[in-house]
Amino acid sequence: MSDTETPTGTLRQLWAEDAVKIAALLFVIYAGYLVSGLVLGYSVRGQLNSLASLTFYIGVFATLALALNLHWGYTGLFNIGVVGFMAVGIYVMAFVSKPLYGAGGSAAQVGGLGLPIPVGIFAGMIAAALLGFVVALPALRLRADYLAIVTIAMSEIVRFTFLSSTFQQFQFPTLSGESTRVGFGGGSGLILDFPDPLLAFIDVLGLSGAYDGLVRLVGQVVPNNPDPIVHSLVYGLVLLGVVAAYFWLLKRTGESPFGRVLKAIREDEDVARALGKNTDRFKIVSFMLGCALMGLAGILWLMGQGAVTPNFFRPRLTFFVWIALIIGGAGSNTGSVMGGAVFAAVLYQGPLYFQNVVTSVFQPGDAPGSFGPAISPLLSSADPMPFLLYTLDSVRQLQLVVMGVVLIWLMHNRPQGMLGHRKETAAAIPLGRRGGGAGPESGSSDPDSEPAPQTDGDGTGGAADE
Amino acid sequence: MSESITRSRPDVADTPLRVEGLTKRFGGITAVDGATFEVERGTLTGLIGPNGAGKSTTFNLITGMLSPDAGTVVFDGEDITGLEPYQIANRGLVRTFQIARELGEMTVLENMMLAPKHQRGEHLWRSVLPGARGGVVEQEEELLDRVWEALEFFEIEHLAEEYAGNLSGGQRKLLEMARALLTDPDMLLLDEPFAGVNPTLEQRLLDHIHDLRDQGYTFLLVEHDMDLIMNNCRHVIVMHQGEILTEGTPEEIKSNEAVIEAYLGGDV
Repeated sequence: MSDTETPTGTLRQLWAEDAVKIAALLFVIYAGYLVSGLVLGYSVRGQLNSLASLTFYIGVFATLALALNLHWGYTGLFNIGVVGFMAVGIYVMAFVSKPLYGAGGSAAQVGGLGLPIPVGIFAGMIAAALLGFVVALPALRLRADYLAIVTIAMSEIVRFTFLSSTFQQFQFPTLSGESTRVGFGGGSGLILDFPDPLLAFIDVLGLSGAYDGLVRLVGQVVPNNPDPIVHSLVYGLVLLGVVAAYFWLLKRTGESPFGRVLKAIREDEDVARALGKNTDRFKIVSFMLGCALMGLAGILWLMGQGAVTPNFFRPRLTFFVWIALIIGGAGSNTGSVMGGAVFAAVLYQGPLYFQNVVTSVFQPGDAPGSFGPAISPLLSSADPMPFLLYTLDSVRQLQLVVMGVVLIWLMHNRPQGMLGHRKETAAAIPLGRRGGGAGPESGSSDPDSEPAPQTDGDGTGGAADE
Repeated sequence: MSESITRSRPDVADTPLRVEGLTKRFGGITAVDGATFEVERGTLTGLIGPNGAGKSTTFNLITGMLSPDAGTVVFDGEDITGLEPYQIANRGLVRTFQIARELGEMTVLENMMLAPKHQRGEHLWRSVLPGARGGVVEQEEELLDRVWEALEFFEIEHLAEEYAGNLSGGQRKLLEMARALLTDPDMLLLDEPFAGVNPTLEQRLLDHIHDLRDQGYTFLLVEHDMDLIMNNCRHVIVMHQGEILTEGTPEEIKSNEAVIEAYLGGDV
């Protein structure tokens, strides 16, 4: 108790707040990026750009890690097909929201249904959830590893479906009885030629004036074309807002009787069933909700990118999300956000920054073009420079190796993730003794005097739900 | 909440559970072979037999964990053969497990809060939507009171905040029985509730069981320990090699030649 009066005690108390943990972590990450930007001698424009793209990746990985945490951390559903649900989300959204073929002088090979973007986003999420339902229905009755196999196979089926020439373009009936040319674009990708979603969103909120003001404000610092910078910064902020919304939703989901059953399923499904819980229903609802959230994450990641290709959705993206979740600690929503942020900042964007910083500080010469010239001076004259340069030059490829090493290290040394063995209590109220009366220390040796845990008399359970 | 209500007419001979011709084969082995028996309301009935007699399989068949190849299970006048475990539990027939299956990474309180049936907040939308969550919170508060009463009844309230995985074997057995009771069952099937429990705790568990039986609960108890069954049950069913060997009062069982044969390993 006296602990709280000392400054360290207050700090410790503050640290116990989840929001403070996340804010502190983000502060450290942003500070690190700003400092490395200074080292690089970035202009204001460069700094703002790097912050915007950092925010973007923190946003998408945190949302994906949160959604996966619902599957794995809470329900124990081993989903390694995350990209499949993301792909279905954005492709269905594009299908619904792209303008009709030939409308508005678009150069796109195929059109869409021309419906408003919010309708498209909603449709994309529903489609991802329905795909989740279809995948889950047969697999949920089997053991966890079968679900894993089914999900990864599904994600590849989705990718190849969007790659196939059959669905590249086809006719689709419209409400007016005619048909319109639609499609998924095949391997060459699909142009997302709907109006800019962010600007449309801002317009709906009636904040266009404020946005224009912001552009003018930034224009004072970055005279040349401030628009894209403001756009990506604001989009990053919107993504962080989405992270907050996911967090809120999943926290409420977890801290409830529903979340309690999910946790029980994760721990021992037979027990949950023996206690009268229809675990299949809980698993399916949890799986579909997570899939819808993954679909939305896919939409948010790609809808501002101008185009989407199926090969973006390779399985390794799924494993990036898994690494983010494992770093943060499965089972904890706060951990998922922190894991997403650390993954985005250190493992995903970090190596490139490291490369840039080293290159700009040391100004080394050109790297050898291939492995032979890189390794031969090291062997013949013990000159490590060409090899080091080559390594630095190959950072993009080595990134995956680094991720693998980090994953192995985590599994060995900290399988419970950054936040340690922390569990978020699954109840809608704080559990603990209420009222404070009726001391338990009566030391009664006669259990008959204790109240029975039994309540209503006629519990024949006739109205059991099916 | 605290007043204990007498169960429906414990004096009337009434059989909530009736098993007829229950049969289960695993490959070439017949684990349970035409088991037929009844359990009387408000009694503590023992089910004994040597290892491999088919006791646990019988339990699994009754509670829906396995589906029988033949035979019927009738609970409270309703045929529950082949229903899902959760459906059977929701009808008031609840089991515990041979090896206590606590939910290790949940606290004792969470374990207990899980059990009550038909919780409003088990529907996702009610737990999430701002308008509906008030009702969920209200019910959680009621449940928490019941949970504390149960914890006190079983004298494990000092463990409330502990992770269930940190409990000792005996404490887990107490937790499991307390949790099963919170589902508000009519009848409890206890699968070796005393295995791995020290004698003091064993006596406490037995006291609880007798108390609850006096309140009108019905128990079917699988147990290895002959003496324990003989001293505590009014009616004993003996299984051997998947079949019901005999049943009767402890005195009758004790003097039954076939039972002695089975237990002393006289493999005919």
